Amino acid sequence: MALIEIENLSVTFHTSGRHVRAVENVSLKVEAQQSFGLVGESGSGKSTILRAICGMAPITGGQIRIDGKPLPTPRGPNFAKQVQMVFQDPYASLHPRHTIDRVLSEPLAIHGQTGSDAKIEQALIDVGLPPAFRFRYPHQLSGGQRQRVAIARALMLRPQILLLDEPTSALDASVQAETLNLLSRLRTERGLTFLMVSHDLAVIDHMCDRILVMQHGRAVEELSREALATAAMTTPYARALFTASADRMLEG
Amino acid sequence: MTLLSVKNLRVTFDTETGPVEAVRGVSFDLNRERLGIVGESGSGKTMTGRAVLRLIRPPGRIEADAMTFDGQDLMKASEPQLRALRGRRIAMVMQDPKFSLNPVMKVGSQLMEGLRQRDHASRSEARAKALAALQAVQIRDPERVMDAYPHELSGGMGQRVMIAMMLIPDPDLLIADEPTSALDVTVQAEVLSILDNLVKTRGMGLIFISHDLRLVARFCDRVLVMYKGKIVEELAAKDLLHAKHPYTQGLLNCLPRIGGSREALPALDRNADWAS
Amino acid sequence: MTTLNTWLMDPNPKSRLQSRAAQTWLTWLRFRRNPLAMIGLIISLALIFMSIFAPLLAPYDPITQSLADRLQPPLTPGHWMGTDDFGRDIWSRILFGSRITLYIVLLVILTAPIVGLIIGTVAGYFGGWVDAVLMRITDIFLAFPKLILALALVAVLGPGMVNAVLAIALTSWPPYARVARAETLTVRNSDYIAATRLQGASATRLIWGHIMPMCLPSVIIRVTLDMAGVILTAAGLGFLGLGVQPPLPEWGLMISAGRKFLFEQWWVATMPGLAIFIVSLGFNLLGDGLRDVLDPRSAGK
Repeated sequence: MALIEIENLSVTFHTSGRHVRAVENVSLKVEAQQSFGLVGESGSGKSTILRAICGMAPITGGQIRIDGKPLPTPRGPNFAKQVQMVFQDPYASLHPRHTIDRVLSEPLAIHGQTGSDAKIEQALIDVGLPPAFRFRYPHQLSGGQRQRVAIARALMLRPQILLLDEPTSALDASVQAETLNLLSRLRTERGLTFLMVSHDLAVIDHMCDRILVMQHGRAVEELSREALATAAMTTPYARALFTASADRMLEG
Repeated sequence: MTLLSVKNLRVTFDTETGPVEAVRGVSFDLNRERLGIVGESGSGKTMTGRAVLRLIRPPGRIEADAMTFDGQDLMKASEPQLRALRGRRIAMVMQDPKFSLNPVMKVGSQLMEGLRQRDHASRSEARAKALAALQAVQIRDPERVMDAYPHELSGGMGQRVMIAMMLIPDPDLLIADEPTSALDVTVQAEVLSILDNLVKTRGMGLIFISHDLRLVARFCDRVLVMYKGKIVEELAAKDLLHAKHPYTQGLLNCLPRIGGSREALPALDRNADWAS
Repeated sequence: MTTLNTWLMDPNPKSRLQSRAAQTWLTWLRFRRNPLAMIGLIISLALIFMSIFAPLLAPYDPITQSLADRLQPPLTPGHWMGTDDFGRDIWSRILFGSRITLYIVLLVILTAPIVGLIIGTVAGYFGGWVDAVLMRITDIFLAFPKLILALALVAVLGPGMVNAVLAIALTSWPPYARVARAETLTVRNSDYIAATRLQGASATRLIWGHIMPMCLPSVIIRVTLDMAGVILTAAGLGFLGLGVQPPLPEWGLMISAGRKFLFEQWWVATMPGLAIFIVSLGFNLLGDGLRDVLDPRSAGK
C-alpha cells in the first residue's frame, strides 16, 4: 500500500464570483521512502496539491489518504507529526522577529515534548549549521542558512513525509547544490518520503524516482526517472518542457 | 568602434558599519555584441548594469577611471544628458515586468507615452509604432494587448511588452537584468529568441545579466564571470564549458543534470583568494 | 562598558535574552542618529522627571490660595511664570499638572491599544463573520467624533478624572483595531504563519506569539503619535469642566480658568497652553522617530 494516495483530487478557488479550478482530477501514489516529483510551469497547480494535502486549499472533489487513512479536517495534531512542509522562499518562511531557537522549539512546545535544548542543538548539527547560530535572528543568516533552518524546523517532529515546495528555486546554484545534498542525505538517514514540486526538470530528475508532469491543473504524463533521461515521453507538452530544458542535459 | 568602455568601475555603499564595496574595479569593452555577466547573488552583476546608466542612489557611490558610451563620457555627463541617454540610446529591461509597468495605465498608453512626449509624434503615428513594436516581439494580437492593463497579461506577455517598450526608441545598447528569470522555461526560450533576433537585425549591443551560466552560454557571445564585485574570468561563451577558473568550473559542476548520477552534487569550495 | 559592548555585539548570542538585548541596542543606535526624535525623547523623559519630582521642584503648594499675590505677571520675583487669579504659582501648578497629564496618558496607553490590538488581530485572523461583527462595532465607534463621544460618555458617567480617562480610552481604541487588523491581514497569509499552523499551533498561539509581535510596532507608533491627541482631549474635557475638577491643577482646566482675563492677564492661560504644546510636540517627534526604526517595512534590511 502506498504511503500517500491522491485520488481524483480537484481544488476550486472561489474569488469574487469566479471559480478557478486550480487542480482537476489528479491522481498519484507515492510509496513509502520514495521521492515523487511534480513538475510544471506556473499555474499548473503543482503547489496547490501540496497545499491541499496540508488543508490550506479548498478540496472540491476526490480524496487524499495517508497510510491508507483519509485525512481529517481540520488536519489535527497527528498530521503535524506525520507530514511537514518546506517552503520556497526562505526569506518569507521564518518569522522575522523570532530567533532560530524559538523557531525550532515551537513545534516541541506545541506538542508538549521535553528536552528541547538538546534536541535543538542536535537539529542544527543535523542540517549542517553550527549550534552557535541558535540565538540568531533570521536576518543574521544567508538564504541557504535560512533554508537549512526551515528544513530543521520541518524535521523537529520527526515526520515521515516531507512536502517540498520549490525548496531551492530562490537560492544560488552553489547553495542549491548544498541544499539538495542535505535533503538527499536526510532522506536516506531517516527514511523520509518526499513529495517535491519544482519547475526545474534537472532538479526534479536529480531528486525524484517518479515524476508527474502537470499543465493547467491537469496531470499530463507520469514518467519514471529512466523515461525522463532517455526522453521517452509520449505527450507533446512533456516533450516541449523537456526540449526547453535541453541545456540541463548531461553534456552541456 | 567600441560602443561602451568601462575602466575600473567601483560602486561603494556607505552603511552604518562602514563602506561596503559592491563592485570593485570592473573593466570591460562592449561592441555591437551580446555580452553576458554571470554571478551569484551579491556578486555585483546587477550593480554593474545599473552603474552604466548611473542609476545608483545614495548612499551608493560610483567611481570609475573612465566610462564612455559612443564617445560620450558617462562619468561627466549631467543629469539632463543622462536622461537623454536613458531609454533613448541605452535601454534597460528588468527582471519582473510587474514592477516595471504602471498598473493603472493601459499597455497601449504606456507604449505611446514616450513617443508622444519625447518625439512629439501624432496619436495615429505613435499607435502605429507601438503596434509595430508589439509585433516585433511576436505578440499575435497587438490590438488587444494595447487595450489591456498590465495585470491582465501573463508573465511572458508582460516581459515582451517591456522589451517592446524598450525597443521603440531604437536604442544602441540594451541592458537586460535577469529578463527571463521570472518566466517559465518554455516562455523563456521564446523571449530569448525574440531578444536574440532583435540584437542581430538591429545591430544593438546587449548586456545580459543572469545567474544562469547555461543560459548565458547558449545565448551570448562573450561572458564575464563575477565573484564578490570582481571579474574572475572573461571568456567566449562557447568556451564556457571549458572554463579555467575554479569558481566558474565549480558553478557549472554544482548544477544537477537530467540523467546525471544521484551522487551528492559537488559543492563549490570557495577560495578566499578569488575575491582579492 | 567594553564588556557590555562585546556582549551586545556578539554575533553568536548565548541566550534569548542576549539576542533580544542586542536587537534593542541596534534599534537604539539607529534611533540615536535622529536628532528630532532625540528631542522628542528628552521632552517625554522631562515630563516623567517633572511629575516624579514635582513636590521637590515646586516652590509653592499648587492648591493653597494667596489672594495677596493674585495675577502677578511672569518674571515677578518668586513667581517666574506669574500667578493666577487665586494667587497660586503657575509654575508649581504646571509641575503638579504634569502628574495628572502623565497619569491620564499612562492609563490610556494601558487600555486602548491593548483592546484595539486584541480586537484587530482576532478580526483579521479569523476573517468571515467574526471580522464583520468586530469591524462593524469598530466602525460605529469611529463614526462619532472623538471629543463628542467622550463628552457623551462623561455626561453619562459624571465628571471626574477616572471617568475622563475611561471616556478617552473607549473612544481611542478603534484606530488601533484598524491598524492591527490591516497588519494582520498582510501577515496572516505569509509562509511563516502557514509553517507554524502546519506544526499544529492553535489560533491563540498564532495570534499571541506570531501575529501580535508583527502588529506591535505599528500600534506603538500610532499610540505615540496619538498621545498629543489624548492630552488635548483630556485638556479639552478639563476646559469644559467635564474632566478633572478644580482645584486640581490640570492643564486644560488652567486654560479654562485663564480664559476670563485672557487679554489683560495673558499668562494665566498661555503658560499651561505652552506646556500642552511642548509635550504634544515631544510625543509627535518621538513617534516619528520610532516609526523610522520600528516600522516593519523598513526593518530587516
